[in-house]
Amino acid sequence: MSEDRVSPGAQGELEAVIGLEIHVQLATATKMFCGCALSFGEPPNTHTCPVCLGLPGSLPVANARAIHFGLMIGLALGSELAPRSIFHRKNYFYPDLPKGYQISQYDEPLCRGGSLGEVRIHRVHLEEDAAKLIHVGASGRIHGSDASIVDFNRGGTPLAEIVTEPDLRSPEQAGEWLRLLRSTLRSLGVSDVNMEEGSLRCDANISLRAAGTEALGVKTELKNMNSFRFIERGIRAEVARQQKLLQGGQELVQETLHFDPGSGAITSLRSKEEAHDYRYFPEPDLLPVSIDEDMLAAARAAMSELPAERSERLQRELSLSGESARSLAFRAELGDFFEAAVAAPAEPAAPAQALANWVTGELAARLPEGQEPRDSRVSPAALAALVGLVAAKRVSVGAGRQVLERLIAEGGDPQAIVAAEGLEALDDGDELAAIVAAALAANSDAAERVRQGNAKAIGPIVGQVMRDTKGRADGTEVSRLIHEQLGV
Amino acid sequence: MLELTAFQAAAAVADGSLSAAELFAAYRERAAADRAAGEEGLNCFTWVAPEGGGEPTSGPVAGVPLAVKDLFCTAGVPSQSGSRILEGYEPPYTATAVERMTAAGASLLAKTNQDEFAMGSSNENSAYGPVRNPWRRSRVPGGSSGGSAAAVAAGLAPWALGTDTGGSIRQPAALCGIVGLKPTYGAVSRYGMIAFASSLDQAGPLTRDVRDAALALAQMVGRDPCDATSLELPGAVALPSAERLDGVRLGVPEELAGAAAGIEAGVQEAFQTALARAEALGAQLHDVRLPHAPHALSAYYVLAPAEASSNLARFDGVRYGTRAPDAGDLLEMYTRTRHDGFGAEVKRRIMLGTYALSSGYYDAYYGRAQRVRTKIAEDFAAAFDDVDLILTPTAPTVAFELGEKTDDPLAMYLSDFCTVPMSLAGIPAISIPCGLSDGLPVGLQIAGPAFSENRLLDAAHALELALAFDGSAARV
Amino acid sequence: MAAMITDDEVLHVARLARLALSEGEIAPMARELSAVLDHIATIAELELDDVAPTSHVVDLSGALRADVPRPSLPRETALAQAPAVADGGFLVPSPQA
Ligand SMILES: [Mg+2]
Ligand SMILES: [Zn+2]
Repeated sequence: MSEDRVSPGAQGELEAVIGLEIHVQLATATKMFCGCALSFGEPPNTHTCPVCLGLPGSLPVANARAIHFGLMIGLALGSELAPRSIFHRKNYFYPDLPKGYQISQYDEPLCRGGSLGEVRIHRVHLEEDAAKLIHVGASGRIHGSDASIVDFNRGGTPLAEIVTEPDLRSPEQAGEWLRLLRSTLRSLGVSDVNMEEGSLRCDANISLRAAGTEALGVKTELKNMNSFRFIERGIRAEVARQQKLLQGGQELVQETLHFDPGSGAITSLRSKEEAHDYRYFPEPDLLPVSIDEDMLAAARAAMSELPAERSERLQRELSLSGESARSLAFRAELGDFFEAAVAAPAEPAAPAQALANWVTGELAARLPEGQEPRDSRVSPAALAALVGLVAAKRVSVGAGRQVLERLIAEGGDPQAIVAAEGLEALDDGDELAAIVAAALAANSDAAERVRQGNAKAIGPIVGQVMRDTKGRADGTEVSRLIHEQLGV
Repeated sequence: MLELTAFQAAAAVADGSLSAAELFAAYRERAAADRAAGEEGLNCFTWVAPEGGGEPTSGPVAGVPLAVKDLFCTAGVPSQSGSRILEGYEPPYTATAVERMTAAGASLLAKTNQDEFAMGSSNENSAYGPVRNPWRRSRVPGGSSGGSAAAVAAGLAPWALGTDTGGSIRQPAALCGIVGLKPTYGAVSRYGMIAFASSLDQAGPLTRDVRDAALALAQMVGRDPCDATSLELPGAVALPSAERLDGVRLGVPEELAGAAAGIEAGVQEAFQTALARAEALGAQLHDVRLPHAPHALSAYYVLAPAEASSNLARFDGVRYGTRAPDAGDLLEMYTRTRHDGFGAEVKRRIMLGTYALSSGYYDAYYGRAQRVRTKIAEDFAAAFDDVDLILTPTAPTVAFELGEKTDDPLAMYLSDFCTVPMSLAGIPAISIPCGLSDGLPVGLQIAGPAFSENRLLDAAHALELALAFDGSAARV
Repeated sequence: MAAMITDDEVLHVARLARLALSEGEIAPMARELSAVLDHIATIAELELDDVAPTSHVVDLSGALRADVPRPSLPRETALAQAPAVADGGFLVPSPQA
């Protein structure tokens, strides 16, 4: 093994070097090069035409909106937008590729460079998606071999391929960054960015090197991980595999790998095929794409606030913590709900940070899997009213949670729920003090342990008070009264 | 009525002196007879319209039957591009060029035989048998639009559509003694033309005279939203009327017409006669230089096969066409389908093109060929600073014997020596008959700058009148 | 520029192009390709360093298509010319077989 390679015996830490390649299906009405409407699970081969079936004599014509979306992505990533870019043919045979080549971009992509967060962007280019192969296995055997059927509905869907520089250092960072990219693309409105449905697909290039060095190790490519969880787990598994090999003194092979989320196994996709030779050449059926001032102006005008900008604004204007601001900005639905709640009149007023905590914490945790706040029964104004009551201590945190659950279940007005259920905070100090005294008496063993300094023993006493007050008591006040009455 | 040009026939149908149905029936019968005779006949056609065709139409060419090269897609009608791999293939749509002709009133008479995927200069590469030259049946008609050229020359169709990638309209027109026009690249939509080499392919008419070529072109030109490389000509195509060439500057390039060009003596003689006629009509003759033209064929035989290797990848036995039976796996299905479905010349060019694009060779072949292409276009641009049009023989020889060049691809490729440079430059060129050599027609090629179709057609018209070529000997 | 193309190169290129070649077809193919490449070799002698490549003779930029759906083909039409069909799709030997 040469000196500049990652040396396995070294005591120094190995660091992961990760770059991502993301394919994003663009949310156009029609395919990249023909007028077929995009397909969303329709019966096979009902969204095809001579162009996307690759019929003899058919010709591609590029979708103006796909290029518009490509420019918006480039603007969002701070890329250099090529005034003139060209499409190439990438030649290879596969049943999901009707023409025997994919129209893609090669050495003159639409966008070059840029960054998102701490990760630099290498390039963004446009291309067409492949069709779907459905393996029917032995049931559809052709002359004794397993068979597949090809469905060209997806074939030709516009894709933006975003390639990062190898700037990521951990699986978690990769997952976090991909979330930022996803919310960025979503706020641009250029894609559904749904990983499970395949509108966002991610490959990772992974290598290891001695921490603090610049040389790059042998890299592997981990293909098509279709959820955030799998991406982090897949990368983690591959990093571990490489670590083990290198520390065992073995050589890594540059190859393409598949991660099986079920078993956690990583397998090589290398077939018996010879190395690919895509024979790229300029697509003669399409002229170069020239980006004029009008196209640039239209892309700029269509840009909405990006997550990174939104996070900064929320911190600046509403004094939110960085963490809250990012949570709201990176999950645009939460951010939108939050901002609507901030704008809603609430009496007493809901402090922004408290509202942010309720949106990202209490509310987000209680919504059923997959439901976004705007699809729930809770209105932003209702949440603002509730948080206002809690902040003014007119409703305890515990009672507030009960109200939220009612809002999620049935909707309604927090004030009215509080009144109907008698959930007002106990503002009469004497009444609460009496309830605390009764609870201490009923839990004398626990009271004694608290007196002797066992802080945890306070639990059952607080629980008793909460039960007796139906949660209307303020937890901090209860705790203070217990200590006061016990003289500790 | 079979002696009428398309223009004359359209006029006769329009003024009621000719029945469109009778005209169609007469041509249909002749075409069907040729088809029935198979290789005993000229073998011009791969499909002939059923009896009773030729419904009434309207438009500038209403009632004129049209033969169309096999590689134009015609909905519900076999469109096989001369290949076994597309045997029986019936597309679900019609090529824009054909659609525009029929929208103008032409009725689809027949599909014409051609070299497989337009790769050839003799029409001997058709999976459906060679076409014979109506001037002398032992000779080739040229190619790849050989069926179209032979059919028009023999009077089996009033006119026909062909395609030209490196000379495939002009060279068979020359060898069959008719007019063939390759327009400026992009002037006619390529949508629905089964592609050979996309950056070179261009549709055009094969006709009995220059006026018919203009008439057909006028119906077909214009931007097509389905072809991103199609464009609008700057002005309408006018029917030519010029009878003189006063003040027209004609350039004769030594590289394509001189001693080193390999022009056979009889062709050179007819060419010189045509030049003398041009001068007599008032034209000024100039020597011009096209220094890179001798390299055009080399560049062409890199670029065209490279594009073809990619264009023909779609013939994989999955969605249409033939599929090799009993393949054990996908790879075998692909390789045997393509082995069995493609003919020798097509395979040769797929191999050549794949090689030229493959890793490590791109710069040496494809990259250089594209640069040669630039130089050739620059040569023409420089020449057109000094002259209005350029004249050359269309082909170095008259029609050769069937089988004479089939074992020597390079000799065959040289048939396009004079036509390929214009294809690489994307400029318009027309071939008109300018005499006979050894009883076989000789073609005169006139080329002009991009979009100069009207000027080109006028000059061709004036020369056609002066040359008074008689093609009647070829009529069946 | 290469003049002679070997049998191995022929087989490699044939594999890329998905063309089966029988034993008897390989050597003639190598010969014919070599002859053409030999002829083409003249362009290697030209001085072309400062010359831009021409991909398109038309000096225009691409006409784009408005993002407006057009009718697709009926499925029967899409499948009508296929050599083998099953379950509304084009039937092929599985690439994973
Ligand atoms: Mg890609
Ligand atoms: Zn389509």
